[in-house]
Amino acid sequence: MTFEDLLSLGPLFNICGAAVLCMLLVAIWRNHRLIYYVTLVAFALALMSVVPVATLLPHTIAPLVVIDMFALFNSGAIVGSGLIIVLLSYNYFEEREERKEEYYLLLLLATAGALVLVISRHFMSFFLGLEMLSISLYGLIAYLRARQRSDEAGIKYLILAALSSAFLLFGMALVYGFTGHMDFPGIGAYLRQAGTFPLPVIAGFGLMLIGIGFKLGIVPFHMWAPDIYEGAPLPVAAFVATISKGGVLVVLIRFYQDIGGRNYTMLWWILAITSIASMFVGNLLALTQQNIKRMLAYSSIAHLGYLLVAFLSDTQSGLEAIAFYLTAYFPTSIGAFGVLIVMSSSVQDAETVEDYRGLFWRYPWVALVFTVMLLSLAGIPLTAGFIGKFYIVMAGVDGHHWFLLLMLVINSVIGLYYYIRVVAMMFRTTDTSQRIFIKPSLPLAGNITLGLIVMLLVGLGVYPTAMMQLIQQMMTLIK
Amino acid sequence: MVLLYIILIPMFGALLSWLASARSIALCRWIALVSLLCGLLLVTALWAGNAADPTPAGHWMYNWQQPWIPHFGISLHLAMDGLSLVMLALTFFLGALSVLISWREIKYKTGFFHFNLLFVITGIAGVFLTMGLFLFYFFWGVMLIPMYFLIGIWGHERREYAAYKFFIFTQAGGLLMLLAILGLYFIHGANTGVYTFDYFYLLNTPMERAVAQWLMLGFLVAFVVKLPAIPFHTWLPDAHTEAPTAGSVVLAGLLLKTGAYGILRFVLPLFPAASHDFAPWAMLLGVAGILYGGQLAYSQPDLKRLIAYTSVSHMGFVLLGAFAFNELAYKGVVMQMIAHGISTGALFMIAGALYERMHTRELSRMGGLWPAMPAMGTVTMIFVMASLGLPGLGNFVAEFMILLGSWQANHIMTILATIGLVIATVYSLRIMQKVFFGQSERQYALPDLGLREWLIMAPLVVVILWLGVYPQTVLGTITNYELRITTFNKEDAPRAEKRKVVIPVSDSSFVINHAP
Repeated sequence: MTFEDLLSLGPLFNICGAAVLCMLLVAIWRNHRLIYYVTLVAFALALMSVVPVATLLPHTIAPLVVIDMFALFNSGAIVGSGLIIVLLSYNYFEEREERKEEYYLLLLLATAGALVLVISRHFMSFFLGLEMLSISLYGLIAYLRARQRSDEAGIKYLILAALSSAFLLFGMALVYGFTGHMDFPGIGAYLRQAGTFPLPVIAGFGLMLIGIGFKLGIVPFHMWAPDIYEGAPLPVAAFVATISKGGVLVVLIRFYQDIGGRNYTMLWWILAITSIASMFVGNLLALTQQNIKRMLAYSSIAHLGYLLVAFLSDTQSGLEAIAFYLTAYFPTSIGAFGVLIVMSSSVQDAETVEDYRGLFWRYPWVALVFTVMLLSLAGIPLTAGFIGKFYIVMAGVDGHHWFLLLMLVINSVIGLYYYIRVVAMMFRTTDTSQRIFIKPSLPLAGNITLGLIVMLLVGLGVYPTAMMQLIQQMMTLIK
Repeated sequence: MVLLYIILIPMFGALLSWLASARSIALCRWIALVSLLCGLLLVTALWAGNAADPTPAGHWMYNWQQPWIPHFGISLHLAMDGLSLVMLALTFFLGALSVLISWREIKYKTGFFHFNLLFVITGIAGVFLTMGLFLFYFFWGVMLIPMYFLIGIWGHERREYAAYKFFIFTQAGGLLMLLAILGLYFIHGANTGVYTFDYFYLLNTPMERAVAQWLMLGFLVAFVVKLPAIPFHTWLPDAHTEAPTAGSVVLAGLLLKTGAYGILRFVLPLFPAASHDFAPWAMLLGVAGILYGGQLAYSQPDLKRLIAYTSVSHMGFVLLGAFAFNELAYKGVVMQMIAHGISTGALFMIAGALYERMHTRELSRMGGLWPAMPAMGTVTMIFVMASLGLPGLGNFVAEFMILLGSWQANHIMTILATIGLVIATVYSLRIMQKVFFGQSERQYALPDLGLREWLIMAPLVVVILWLGVYPQTVLGTITNYELRITTFNKEDAPRAEKRKVVIPVSDSSFVINHAP
């Protein structure tokens, strides 16, 4: 292994090293604060180590991984999001009774899994990354054992994720068995050469799609999402909504590109139908939710549907749109969970819509932050979410997929309704004497983090040009 | 840059007055008032400067542009012509008065109230100034949300229902407009290779007739909801009635005008042929509004609701005149926008003043107030006369011009619309009869107009008289603009679609951003 190899895997090494360190620390001296700082520093270092890699690109470590602009950008996004999640975690866990230290360990491992995913170009590394991610998540989701819904969520995720991994693995086996390749370009080359699509390979792709679809939480593999979001600790839910889905989406993009997915209309149609179904199911089910966690779960299903529209446009601007949308969606989604985190007390999570009634009059700052997050999710101008959605529409127009666009627009309108409902609830005036509200913890670190996220979102919404230029440079996949 | 200041002044006023409210409520009110007066002063200065020195090249007095998101062809583009100028003057005038009118009325969360009020004004000023469709949609939304709060928090009994209805109606219209804007953007991009939201580039977008019709309808729906015209008017009586006085004044005086402005600025110039095809239907909607709105106004037991329905009737004239496609009607429409803003605003203020004194809006519980409040009676009389179109007051000039203009376009519609004037007389006189004449059952004394109310009413009376006696002030300012529309007579409508429009901006720094 050369020095370049080491350097180019910098973020991954940082995170993995920190995981080992944390494990040792837990054995020697259990201290929440210490572990928290170690994790924080590890994420910060990992984020910094993304920068020098840019000089080495593209760098291939055959056959398992490839580090190109695209992978690097997504590594940065994942590590950055992880950093924010860690920042929001400390107080949340400090207030809860269970042992806290292993949470950071698992979070580091899960992030490492996602980092492997974004650089993988081989079934081995793909599966390795995915399992690292999933197995850590089993622990993370059920982390607060004493809670009512925690076990249910953990078991549900365990069973379904294991099942979907099995599907994925079997699909990989079929593809490998008939093409003789496990690396993505090799499979693509074989298919081009053969000219035909043998039935077992189709079946293999189908099975793989089930596995991937489950991780992405797209219709019809979305059933787990609301229960997991509701039962998991809030920072973990934020992790599932962003990093876990983003990592898998990146592999999907790379795989599609490498096997030349655009040549297979059937694949396109399957994904298109999935996309439309995700948008409608997600948005329609979100309409009636009284629990904000569940609402966010359904809305994230819909957002994956929007992302697939850009994905299906199969153009360079589609790729840029995905990158920008993720850049907007990660902080927005984490920020929304962050609001839930700072609003939750040590006794209960602030999760129902009713908890937020008249919030503006009691805690104007938190209400404003939440409003920005929701408006960004809804795609209202001057927030990052709007630019992201606009970018997707541009990509769709580039690909001439008018029907998909129409579906997207209709869904944006539906989505608007339930986001605005929560916003309206926060501004409603109430007779405060009659109701008992949750006493929020409002930790300082959490509030500062939220402030930074708001600045980022509004900044991206008002002046997106700098980020767009960066993305335009970064969105080159290795051929 | 001066155009940017016009938008920034109320915006900073909004923030400052909210911050100041933590210290002192009076300070917050003063900041709001002073910032709006500053805006009014600025606009008046521009007006006066322009009257002395009529711009030689084109009718765009000011133009300011900054690239914003060049990747999508979005720029900050503000420009002002006579129409914008007149509307801005109205905006700041009524805005300042509505701060004054809520001086005593609003005691609950005063800081946030003024923040919202000034933010609505910011949005409206933005709508009247912006020449980028993206920015236009943004300001359209900016107007909406603070207005929702104004109604929903400080309104009367059924405020939440009214606020929600208002929001849903206008937002649905706005989204259709967004779709149409995006459609126009992409069609322009596909046909010319230039992706831009800039108004002046989109003006001569080549497109098929059917497409143009759909896009035109998208825009029109948003504006017609706001206006409001007949099938979409149901939000209006609720919103106007439940809103606090300042909210009603801003709604009736300004927000409705953004709909009319949108038709004049966007629907007609962007889709000349399509709107010409649609003109008979639009005029029919207008006439239906005039007659039906007037009839509903007559039968209302609630004073604010009555005044609200008169808006439906008066705005019918706007629709009628805008789609008559001639200069006379066009000028009449602008006059109607101004005169209606003043007269209906004043009537709402009077209704608010009555409510403050008697805590009722029911006409049946009023009556015989003239002996108690002769001054208020006189002022009311003036605005009631304005509303029914008495010569010598602003509304007469407006309606007369619209009818003269629309006669050239469509005889039957004009005849029907004229009947509306009779209805207007009936419902307007009913206000006087029910409120100020008849028997008084009250035992207690009612205070007449106070100093603050005089300060509010006097300028309104002066302006409405001025508009009636010397309308040239307004007509002269807007005179340049409509020449572009009047070229579309029936004969050359098809040709007009392909005509070359010279971008009417003398500024050479007019740069467009090409999307790659």
